[in-house]
This record gives sequence, structure tokens and C-alpha cells, in this order.
Amino acid sequence: MTSEIQGALKPERAAPFAFARRHLREYGILMALIAIMAFFGIVTDGTLLNPLNLTNLVLQNSYIVIMALGMLLVIVTGHIDLSVGSVVAFVGALAAVMMVQYDMHFVPVTILSLLVGAAIGAAQGSCVAFFKVPSFIVTLAGMLVFRGLALTLLDGRSVGPFPAEFQRLSSGFIGDAFAGLTPIHLTSLLLAVAAAAALVFMSARGRAKKLRYAVEQEPFALFLAKNAVIAGVIVWLGYLLASYRGFPNVLLIMITLIVLYTFVTMRTTVGRRIYAIGGNEKAAKLSGINTERLTFYAFVNMGVLAALAGLIFAARLNTATPKAGLSFELDVIAACFIGGASASGGVGRVTGAVIGAFIMGVMNNGMSILGIGIDWQQVIKGLVLLAAVFLDVYNKKRA
Amino acid sequence: MNAILEMRGITKTFPGVRALDNVNLVVREGEIHALVGENGAGKSTLMKVLSGVYPYGSYTGEIHFQGQERRFRGIADSESAGIIIIHQELALVPLLSITENIFLGNEPARYGIIDWDAATERTRALLRKVGLRESPATLVGDLGVGKQQLVEIAKALSKEVRLLILDEPTASLNESDSEALLSLLLEFKAHGIASILISHKLNEVSRVADSVTVLRDGMTVETLDCRAEPVSEDHVIRRMVGRELADRYPRRQPRVGEVLFEVRDWTAHHPLDAERVVVKGVNMAVRRGEVVGIAGLMGAGRTEFAMSVFGRSYGRRISGQAFIEGREVDLGTVPRAIGNGLAYVTEDRKHLGLILNEDVVHNVTLANLDGVASRSVIDEMRELEVANDYRRRLNIRCSDVSQTTLNLSGGNQQKVVLSKWLFAEPRVLFLDEPTRGIDVGAKYEIYTIINQLAAAGKAVVVISSEMPELLGICDRIYVMSEGRFVAEMPAAEATQEKIMRAIMKGEEKVP
Repeated sequence: MTSEIQGALKPERAAPFAFARRHLREYGILMALIAIMAFFGIVTDGTLLNPLNLTNLVLQNSYIVIMALGMLLVIVTGHIDLSVGSVVAFVGALAAVMMVQYDMHFVPVTILSLLVGAAIGAAQGSCVAFFKVPSFIVTLAGMLVFRGLALTLLDGRSVGPFPAEFQRLSSGFIGDAFAGLTPIHLTSLLLAVAAAAALVFMSARGRAKKLRYAVEQEPFALFLAKNAVIAGVIVWLGYLLASYRGFPNVLLIMITLIVLYTFVTMRTTVGRRIYAIGGNEKAAKLSGINTERLTFYAFVNMGVLAALAGLIFAARLNTATPKAGLSFELDVIAACFIGGASASGGVGRVTGAVIGAFIMGVMNNGMSILGIGIDWQQVIKGLVLLAAVFLDVYNKKRA
Repeated sequence: MNAILEMRGITKTFPGVRALDNVNLVVREGEIHALVGENGAGKSTLMKVLSGVYPYGSYTGEIHFQGQERRFRGIADSESAGIIIIHQELALVPLLSITENIFLGNEPARYGIIDWDAATERTRALLRKVGLRESPATLVGDLGVGKQQLVEIAKALSKEVRLLILDEPTASLNESDSEALLSLLLEFKAHGIASILISHKLNEVSRVADSVTVLRDGMTVETLDCRAEPVSEDHVIRRMVGRELADRYPRRQPRVGEVLFEVRDWTAHHPLDAERVVVKGVNMAVRRGEVVGIAGLMGAGRTEFAMSVFGRSYGRRISGQAFIEGREVDLGTVPRAIGNGLAYVTEDRKHLGLILNEDVVHNVTLANLDGVASRSVIDEMRELEVANDYRRRLNIRCSDVSQTTLNLSGGNQQKVVLSKWLFAEPRVLFLDEPTRGIDVGAKYEIYTIINQLAAAGKAVVVISSEMPELLGICDRIYVMSEGRFVAEMPAAEATQEKIMRAIMKGEEKVP
């Protein structure tokens, strides 16, 4: 009896390839991003990866990534939020009116804007969570309402420019403690090295802990290769950014949020409960989980992140336009699904959504450099989304 | 008599598993052939091979039906040959009428225009045949499970059926509906329709079956002829589990203490129809270390009662008082009920019990995440230890605890749900049909767990439609009928007849 259990608990000594095949999804998406970057890197003769363009890539995608974090939670609870693009426009417009027309300081404006985002999320979230109106419909209505309100606020015109301090939210770079000592932005490079080291340290510690508890483990070779590649890529990208103007402020905001949301979803009780709701809401409720409240908060959270994205986007354009954020919701939702989230809820990872967002971003950017028209860009992006989800469904069916 | 169906040397493998290993099955014309075996023995796989769900070529072996070798490439093939399978999970569309359901995909039509008059007429005839008195226009969703089952059978009859396969048809039926269904099978037999009956309920099998084939671990163990002499249930069970099962219910020395949990005058109304009273003034008391049963027919309000007590998970306008150790407690929400030491193990583990796409670990800790977390951060290793601990204690058979619960057998799924509630450390457990749809061996294990819970001083309430089970494991039995507790009796004095009489007479108080 005991021997049988011990036998069953022994870690599986899987061959690297067999393990990789079983965890294809997790590696596959990262490999896809690297492959796509390599492809565009080559066909654009390295333009994609030149420091200036890389910086632009980060700036252009930050708001999509930030919203994808919130959207992932909404999708995991089994819902959807179509209104985020309009919220981006509305919050941007609101901030512009307050700063430009009423000369308010950018700090209270930022705080107010985020609160307004929370209120929008709360309004939509309570319709969905407490009154059980389908989220698709609630947020479709929100999409129309907030687009319309943005137009009203701006009176159909663009409002700008913003105070310089506010612009720094998007176009600013972190300071260099070693300015003038080296031709590159040394602080940024050191940060990248530190981040890579921290990541390797964390995963090594996690692996050691798991080995002690005899959990099925990825083979050492694979573990080593994966960490070496990831650490290498981080340092290399850090170096590239450092050789231009260093890390943009927005990159730090983004990374902080990514780390925070990864932690919340993977390690906290709240995160676990959110997955449980999406997996089986009734069972979750009967297990003592306040499903309504958590669903509500998922939407509030989405509202805040959409507002933040709205501010960043406005700061980047240095003007608020009623057309801001048009069809952002589609990019954000696509990022989550490319990243492996399930449309029926309960499944999806923060890292997947972030990588999904960058896949979309790199394709946008790469195709623009190549001079492919917006028409064909849409066709290709649509097909990539379909292919990613198709592969998912196919894999699931085969398993 | 000739064989209508012969399956010879059927072998079917899935990656890594041999689900069927050289299985032989012979069904004679016009007989009721029971197929029994533990969960995972290969019954459903065999029927999927027969009905073409697993097409020819994906298995080895031969299927002879009505004297010819058949190579079914899909379910449409087997249906046109006259083999109709009725699955455990009914395949009806609740928002369509009986007629629409019966002729779904098979509508009597000319040039694509449906002749509803003909369809309705034929539906009437079919409903008469299966003894269902409902208008053909009734929506299927408005029917009870028993009647839906009859609609499925009527649908099967609407096609040219030669061999009817029923996969656990009575699993979710109450006694009288089961009885009606079995009589129907006997009637079909009189009309020369053969059937294969998959069932865990051996009393039904011995009542209607002409032969019994026992499967174990994907192999045919034995085919018994019941016409020559009646087959003993104990013999079948022995062959199913491959070991001696001395007693179907483990023995226990009850050590009953003082009253631990009590509800007084508990009343609940229907969630959609507030005028309808579903639970009417129920009084119940459970003592420490006691196993109390609630007997009754389906629809008596047992599940509704338990769920309304457990954090008002069912119903509206709930009134009544609940006491733990004599102190009145508020059970108004599920977290409060759990906090007061209650647990409710659902009868519907797939829809209400498990997060099917999550692994064993995440399911086990779900109702008590704080038990594996500090300051809301989950300690994954501690969580893993907890899951492995329950896996060992409840003998959950899985490749490891990171296996998705969707892929576990019914009995093991049930053990995962039980683990979840055991880890929540309750003092009062409501177990709603804890052994439904699971095999004999796993049932015994569940009973053992119930005994251990009682021995640990918990109060256990078991709701079950299987009266022998209640008689076998309980100390005391309440009988519920139409929302009321109509009788209460010590299990030692109770019999099936007494319980049925109490249900039928409703008002009568059995001393």
C-alpha cells in the first residue's frame, strides 16, 4: 500500500521532448513570439530590433498589455468587456478637458481619471454580477455610451497639448544614475540584468521546492535552456533599449503590473477563486466563494486599467481625440485568446496574455515597417488569431 | 434462439490504456441483456464501439448484427441498422416540444417542409406505446427526468429499432419511474425488441435480465444465463469486483452523543414560483456521531431542504431556525454556513461539485483556501501535501494529484468532492446521494468514510434514493414526502415497506 503510493509520487523522469510536448501550449506561445520577432527582424533587415524601434514597440503596446491584464481576469471569470476602447477615449477626453480647459494639475487629474474608470467598471460590473445581464450586452452598450460621451466632452474636436509633466507618463524615460559615464543608459542595463537574475533565481527556487515535494518536473536540460533563453533575451532587449534612451517610464509601470497580476492570479486565494468562478460558477458558489462580488471586482479592475491605458494613450499622442482607442477592445481580447485564454472561462494565464499582446504588437509594427497596408494587416492579424485558437481547440480534442 | 448481435474479440486501445481487451458479447434475439461492471470496466467504451462512435478501424475484432458483419463508420450507420443507444446524459433539447425532439433530424417532410400534423400524430402513437400521458406539444424542459427518459425511448421507437441500448437509464429516476421503465423494457421484449441494459442496480438486473455479461478491467469475465436459474447478486458483485465483498455495508459501532445540529420549522419556497412551498415546516435533529438518513421519492424536497439550509443555496422566502449545540446560528450565506461547520456534498458533482477543468489539488482546497494560505497567499507546497494526504486517506485513484478531475471516474470524482468538504473541517455534513452512479467497490469505500466521520463525532445526514443503502448505513431515518417530514424511525426498526408506506400515507406517523 505505502510502497504503491510512494511509487506513484515519484517524479516522472520524462524525456525533455515528451515533457515539452505535453506542455506545448506554455512553450509554444513563447516560441511563437520569438519566431515572429526573428522573422520580422530578418525581413526588415534588423529595423524591427533597432533600439529606436524597439522603444517605440514598447510605447505602442503598453496600453494594450495593460488592458490585457484586466481583460484576462474578466475572460477568466467567463465574461467579456467590449467597452474598453471607448473607455480609453472617454477617460482621455475627460483628462484633457480637466487639464487643458480647466488647468488642473496632472496629479489630481490622474487620480480622478482612475476613479472614473473604477466607477465605469463598477456600473458595468454590477449589471453583470448582481443583475445577471449578459456582459456582452452590458459592455456593448458601454462601448456605445462612452464613445458617445467622449465625442460630447470633446465637442468632436481634439484637445491638447498637455502639460509636459503629464506627457512624461508616456514619453518620459527613467533617469540614469550613471549619466555621462557610459555611452549607454547603464541604469537600464543594470535593471535588465537584475530582472533576469531575479527571474532565474525565482524559478530555480521554485524548482528546488517542487523537487523536494516530488512534483512532476520539467527535465533539467529543458529548465536550463528555457531560463538561459529567457534571461538572455531580457538582457539583450535591455541592452538594446539602453543603447537608445533607456527604459521608458511606461515600461516600468507595465512590468510592475505584469508581476503584480501574475502573482495575484497564480498565488493568492483571490486569484484561485476567480479561476474557480470561470471553471464552474455554481460549484464555486457552493464552495463558499462570493462569486458576484469577485465578478464585480473583475470589472472594476478592468475599468481602472482601461482608464490608465486611456491616460497613457492620450499622453503619448499629446492630445485627446474622440477616435482614441478605436477597436482597442479587439486587440486586447485577441491578445488574451492568442495567449491561451478560454472563451468559456476558467482558463488563461497573465503571461500568455502579455505574450499574446506582444505578438499582435510585433506583427503590427513589423508589417508597418514592411509597408503592408492596414487592410492586409487586419487580414493577417485575423488569421493569426484564428490559427492560435484553432491550434488550442485541436490540441484539446486530441488530448 | 439465434443471436441478433455478436461482438467477437473486440480490442480497443487509447494512448497508454487498453480499454477493451478481447471482449466477446452475444445478445440473443428478443432478450434483455444486462451489462454490468465497475466504473471504468469498459461498458461505455464497448457500447461506443457498437454504435459506431468509435468507427470501424479504430478497434480490432468483429461485429455481427443480424447475421452479417457490420462495419459502422458512425452513429448514423448503426442507427440505420436498427441499433439505438440512449445515453445516461439525455440528448434532448429542453426548449423544444416532445414532437420536435422526437423527430429532430428526422422530420417527416416533403421538399423540406415539415408535416407537423403527421409528426404530432405519430408522436401521440409513440407516447401511448411508452405510456407517457403528455401532450406532444409540451416542452421537454417542463417534464421531469423520468418522463424525459420516456421521451428518449419514444424517440428510439420512432426509428426502426431492433436493438435498444440503455446506459444507466434509472440512475436518476425514483423507484416508481424506474419500475415503469423496466416494465416497458419487458413489454418491448414481448414485441421482440432486444435490449442491452447497463446498470449498477443489481436488483433491477436480476428482475428483468435474461442474461448478464460481467466486464472487469476491459475483459469479459462471465456471461450468465438467468433464465435457467436466478443469478445471485452476490455472485455478480464478486465477479465485478474480482474479490469477496463480505458485506455491502461496513460494520460500525455507533457512539451517539448529544444533539449537535437542529433545525426547527424550516420552510422554503420555490425560487421562481414564490407561492409554491417546497419545504414545509421541517424539524430535524442530528446528534454527534450519528448518521441520519432522509428517505423519499425524487421531488420530495430533500435536496431542496438541504440546500436551503446550506447558505440558502436554494429557494426563496426561507424561514426557520437552525441551532448548533443548542445555540441559534445564522446560515444565511454559504460562507456563514461553512463558518458554522456545515458542509453540503452535492448530488450533482459535475455541475455543482467540481471544477472539472481544474486538477485534484485545486478542487480539494477550494472550500477552505485559507487553510493553505497565509495572508491570502497560497502555499502551494502545503496545498499539495493536503491533496496528497486526502488522496491517500480516501484512496483516490489518479495518476497524480495534478490530474484534471474531468478525467477521473465517477467514484473518484465523488471522493474528490468529499475531500473538499472534509478539508473544510465541518461538524455537520449533508451528503446528497453520495453513491449515485458509482460502482460497488467505491460505494463501500464511501460508506467506510461515512463511518469514520461518525466515529470522529461529526453529525452526518445522508440523502439517498436507494433505501437499502439508508437501511445499511444509518442510525435513524426520516421520511420526507411532498416537502414534509412524514415519519421518523430508528434504522433498526425500519424496512423498505415501512418507508414506502410512510411515503404513500403521507400523514401517518410511524412510531
